[in-house]
Amino acid sequence: MESIELANRIRIHALKMANSGGGSHIGSALGISDILAVLYSDILNIDPKNPELINRDRFILSKGHAGAAVYATLAEVGFFPIAKLETHYQDGSDLSGHVSHKNVPGVELSTGSLGHGLSVGVGMAKAAKLDKKGHKVFVLLSDGECDEGSVWEAAMFASHHKLDNLIALIDYNKIQSLDTVANTLALEPFKSKWESFGWNAIEVNGHDHTQLKSELVKIPSINSKPTVCICHTTKGKGVSFMENSVLWHYRCPRGEEFEMALKELKEKK
Amino acid sequence: MRDHFINELSSLIDEFPNIILITGDLGFGVLDDFRKNYPDNFINAGVAEQNMTGIATGMALEGKIVFTYSIANFPILRCLEQIRNDACYHGVNVNIVSIGGGFSYGALGISHHATEDLSIMRSLPEITVVSPASFWEVEQATRAIIETKKVCYLRLDKSAGMDIDNNLDEHFIIGKPRILTDGDFCTIFVTGGILEEVWEAHDELQSLGYRIRIVSVHTLKPFDGSIVLNAAKQTGGIVSVEENTLDGGLGSLIAETLLDNGVTPKKFLRIGLGSEFSSIVGSQKYLRKCYGLDSKSIVSKVMKLIQG
Repeated sequence: MESIELANRIRIHALKMANSGGGSHIGSALGISDILAVLYSDILNIDPKNPELINRDRFILSKGHAGAAVYATLAEVGFFPIAKLETHYQDGSDLSGHVSHKNVPGVELSTGSLGHGLSVGVGMAKAAKLDKKGHKVFVLLSDGECDEGSVWEAAMFASHHKLDNLIALIDYNKIQSLDTVANTLALEPFKSKWESFGWNAIEVNGHDHTQLKSELVKIPSINSKPTVCICHTTKGKGVSFMENSVLWHYRCPRGEEFEMALKELKEKK
Repeated sequence: MRDHFINELSSLIDEFPNIILITGDLGFGVLDDFRKNYPDNFINAGVAEQNMTGIATGMALEGKIVFTYSIANFPILRCLEQIRNDACYHGVNVNIVSIGGGFSYGALGISHHATEDLSIMRSLPEITVVSPASFWEVEQATRAIIETKKVCYLRLDKSAGMDIDNNLDEHFIIGKPRILTDGDFCTIFVTGGILEEVWEAHDELQSLGYRIRIVSVHTLKPFDGSIVLNAAKQTGGIVSVEENTLDGGLGSLIAETLLDNGVTPKKFLRIGLGSEFSSIVGSQKYLRKCYGLDSKSIVSKVMKLIQG
């Protein structure tokens, strides 16, 4: 499947999942759909029929609250039946609001508390280096997540240990839980922060599939350095009234709002 | 205890080449030989316990047998959420080693008093909590926790109690307490190096003509409670001794076991720390006396309980 088609399917699933389950974080899920679509279409070496493949690339969603988008992606590429998505957020389901690995093939790590995923990814990357394995480890973080000190502990360790098989992707939509990033804890100068921690840092438009592919396929472009790909994104991307809105970090799409959003996404097909 | 742990771990490398020891920048002098002899099995994560624990999980997910190592509360409380969400929930072979249980670092102040760790760690799901009382138990536990293939907490003390001499053929089993000496005056359940105080109390009581049963509870979780139920029936009372808060520790475990099984002991006493910080400092021995955990206090509390 082409990545643009996959991204749109992820968005529609995520919207329906948020609606039927009464879930929140739809803005986050929509915002990372293009990144996930490119990764799972064109970048990650994975086999949905063999989720435990030894030399598979590892992907961790550290911003676990956007789990709906990952579940949708995994189902679309064949890790489990698409029908399972209908159970999301429902009584008795395996598909929790924050991404969980139990009984969900393809999920490498359960997250939900911010600031955990990069360290675990660093451990995976370090183990791969020790074992002389060639696969890569991708970790997708949110911008607000970079408030967590543990992210920077992991950043220091990764560069010190020259983990060029590690790629951090940042969903840099510039909005966090209550306000903008700039008004909360300013991250800028963000790129140079990562560079000063010893990382190779690149910036991309997180919705431009061509650019995402061309940049991600080049990694590692600098030997012995981990890479951070700062993805400039729009929270709620794809639904006009959800874009760049703190409200849609929390609000569940219901009734007329749900129908309008679904119509917009379907028209993009 | 730490020397016995590190020596045992070193001896296991040939058998388990996937062992990785990650320290949080502690172990000066103690880890030197390990680092020199097994550089590929050693990582210093720096002063960053959250990251250390996250890395441990990532490496264990890739098949490594990981030990994290630091002192007192640093490898547990500082990174408790990483232990819970990352290590325990994913059921990986991460073994958290804390050097300095209880008042081992008594003179360093409350930051270094690991006096709630047993309670906190035993409340986590899918974890094994081991608190050896003797050098023999440390050595046995080091191998045993590897073999659980899940998350374990290993609390090591600066002090250690004497073990029995005839344990050469004994098989150490996680979760199964050990009777170190038998008697019927009462049973003392003890965990960790404070066994040394219990042995002294035992000798004192014996000189007075009272024989007590000592049970080393080297594993608080899982726990085979049958030994508690038998002790309640066979001996004059149940006493627990721990260098840990009374809130949720060994004494609580014993009480829960009795009540859950509808067994009432003839007498019951928990000896441990109250819900307070120790703002005074001192050696482990000194602080045990201050808080009524030393052998003399144990003797007088036991005598009062059984005969008072």
